[in-house]
Amino acid sequence: MNLRRFFLIAIPYGWLLALFLVPFLIVLKISLSDYAVSIPPYTPTLDLSEGWSGFTDFLSKLDFQTFKFLTTDSLYWKSYLSSLQIALISTAFTLLIGYPVAYAMARAPEAWRATLMMLVILPFWTSFLIRVYAWMGILGREGLLNQLLLWIGVISEPLTILNTNLAVYIGIVYTYLPFMILPIYAALDRLDDSLLEAAEDLGCTRTKAFWLITIPLSRPGIIAGCFLVFIPALGEFVIPSLLGGSDTLMIGKVLWEEFSSNRDWPVASAVAVILLLILIIPIILFQKNQQRAAEAEQ
Amino acid sequence: MVQPSKTPIEFSPWTDPTAKPLIQFDKVTKRFGSFVAIDDISLNIYEKEFFALLGPSGCGKTTLMRMLAGFEAVTKGTITLGGVNLAPIPPNKRPVNMMFQSYALFPHLTVYENIAFGLRRSAMPKEQIDARVNEMLRLTKMEKFAQRKPHMISGGQRQRVALARSLAKAPKLLLLDEPLGALDKKLRHDTQFELMDIQEKTGTTFVIVTHDQEEAMTVASRVAVMDHGKLVQVATPAQIYETPNCAYVADFIGEVNLIEGAATPNGDKIDILWAEGQPPIHATPSDPVARDARVSFAIRPEKVAISADKPVDAANALQGKVLDIAYLGNISTYHVELPGGQIIKAQAANNRRLSRRSFTWEDPVWLSFTDTAGVVLTS
Repeated sequence: MNLRRFFLIAIPYGWLLALFLVPFLIVLKISLSDYAVSIPPYTPTLDLSEGWSGFTDFLSKLDFQTFKFLTTDSLYWKSYLSSLQIALISTAFTLLIGYPVAYAMARAPEAWRATLMMLVILPFWTSFLIRVYAWMGILGREGLLNQLLLWIGVISEPLTILNTNLAVYIGIVYTYLPFMILPIYAALDRLDDSLLEAAEDLGCTRTKAFWLITIPLSRPGIIAGCFLVFIPALGEFVIPSLLGGSDTLMIGKVLWEEFSSNRDWPVASAVAVILLLILIIPIILFQKNQQRAAEAEQ
Repeated sequence: MVQPSKTPIEFSPWTDPTAKPLIQFDKVTKRFGSFVAIDDISLNIYEKEFFALLGPSGCGKTTLMRMLAGFEAVTKGTITLGGVNLAPIPPNKRPVNMMFQSYALFPHLTVYENIAFGLRRSAMPKEQIDARVNEMLRLTKMEKFAQRKPHMISGGQRQRVALARSLAKAPKLLLLDEPLGALDKKLRHDTQFELMDIQEKTGTTFVIVTHDQEEAMTVASRVAVMDHGKLVQVATPAQIYETPNCAYVADFIGEVNLIEGAATPNGDKIDILWAEGQPPIHATPSDPVARDARVSFAIRPEKVAISADKPVDAANALQGKVLDIAYLGNISTYHVELPGGQIIKAQAANNRRLSRRSFTWEDPVWLSFTDTAGVVLTS
């Protein structure tokens, strides 16, 4: 019985160990290495044929030089800040759009809800990359949006949206909207209608009841949605590189360029390690929120 | 608990033609699509009444209450409260508060904040709110739990908080939607008396919706029995029990034996021929009954006496044999089969120990009752 339990627990832990912890340790190791023109493009590499002395020799060659380098070039901290800003603003807009959608879904007649839910999830059935390319077609100078606006007569000159930060915001909000809608919908769906009636009965107008009852009771959903958008948006790389311009700074893009264009694996790894450290705080907060929500359920 | 006052003043404003009702339903109809939930109801409820709406689920009692609270609009007719037509007043402006069946306590607020919720929506100054909330906490004996959240207190305590919250604004009318439905039987009994006590202390008019006839009988000054959106009978609990106006009410309230037969007038009494070869039942109708009219004779089990020998001077005496005995502790209900197959329930107090009980299964027994013990129902 105990053995069975051990194996049951060992499977997920083994999975995490092999697919998360080991790769992370490799990345950490590379970030502590030095750039070299070789294959792989860094030194030192672990040579087990020399036994214990080879291992200590290998350890002594690791240093924090690449991390120091990150502080010398303003590109890196500017990218981190810019990523934070873009992620925060996009999260705010996703919330502003997602909450009313989730609210409308929760208030919709029972028979419609499954269909509405389906419509929210439907975009996931198409490749994410293709959907981002579609936005290029919409937002470009000759794109559908400009053509439409010109045709209506709102503008006389086509707008430059593609390759600006605005396009990045649009892309992120569009991509992550379902992650905002679903947890908020789940929270609102559980909301007992009689609570709103009770609030009204005790002297609230409908609007007041919304602010005093609906918003506080959907807070776990709002927090979960915000984290589910903020965390991946912070490290986003496809959207800024496809929709953003040359002046769009996002750490995911910088990381990609260090890896592929500069072939500087140690710097790229250091960037990734710091990104992870930045993300750990919101991830822990998110876990706390989920735990509290689960406890309140009981 | 309820103390009998030294000079009991009978509370029955409904018999006083000069009394002004607090609530007046005037030919009220409510339709949901083609479904008629409330069918042309006229009803007066007086100040300080504890009024019970009683009926099976789907009879319209909850709809009637929700129209008072303002959550349902009236399709036809008018409801007035203190002479004011309620129709244009939204729920948050009505001097009416409701205690919800699910209690609907706000889970993110403490007990204190829940009770203060309604007061904070009014223009009441802060110190007065605090005093009022504390008064409500005292009234419902919840002082110790003021800072707890609803999920940290028991079901019975939640029920008290819901009551305190709905009473905090001192409404003219308090609506209670199955207030004790979620409590277990013992707690429900205690709470019924507490409710009556609180109603008496605050002098608020209570309208309670319930499907539990015992609860309605215990707490209410008057009971309205509803069925299919209509009021079947509106009367005091005693009148409803002793003189139900139809078989539906007789059957719905408590246990009853219903015997159908043809009436033969005999002076101001009637004889009911109910089975071949059986002596007719002698009964006293409240209104004259036509010859050969089909009537139902309704008699409560506790009004039927059971004995081993034929009683000498009883107006009605029927012989049968004991089919079943339901032992309820203080009383036993005997199911007695008459020769025609009809089963009559008779109740007897168990003032002797079980081992000395006089009847057992298959025993031949005599059932007897006076000619005024039952009610003659013509509908």
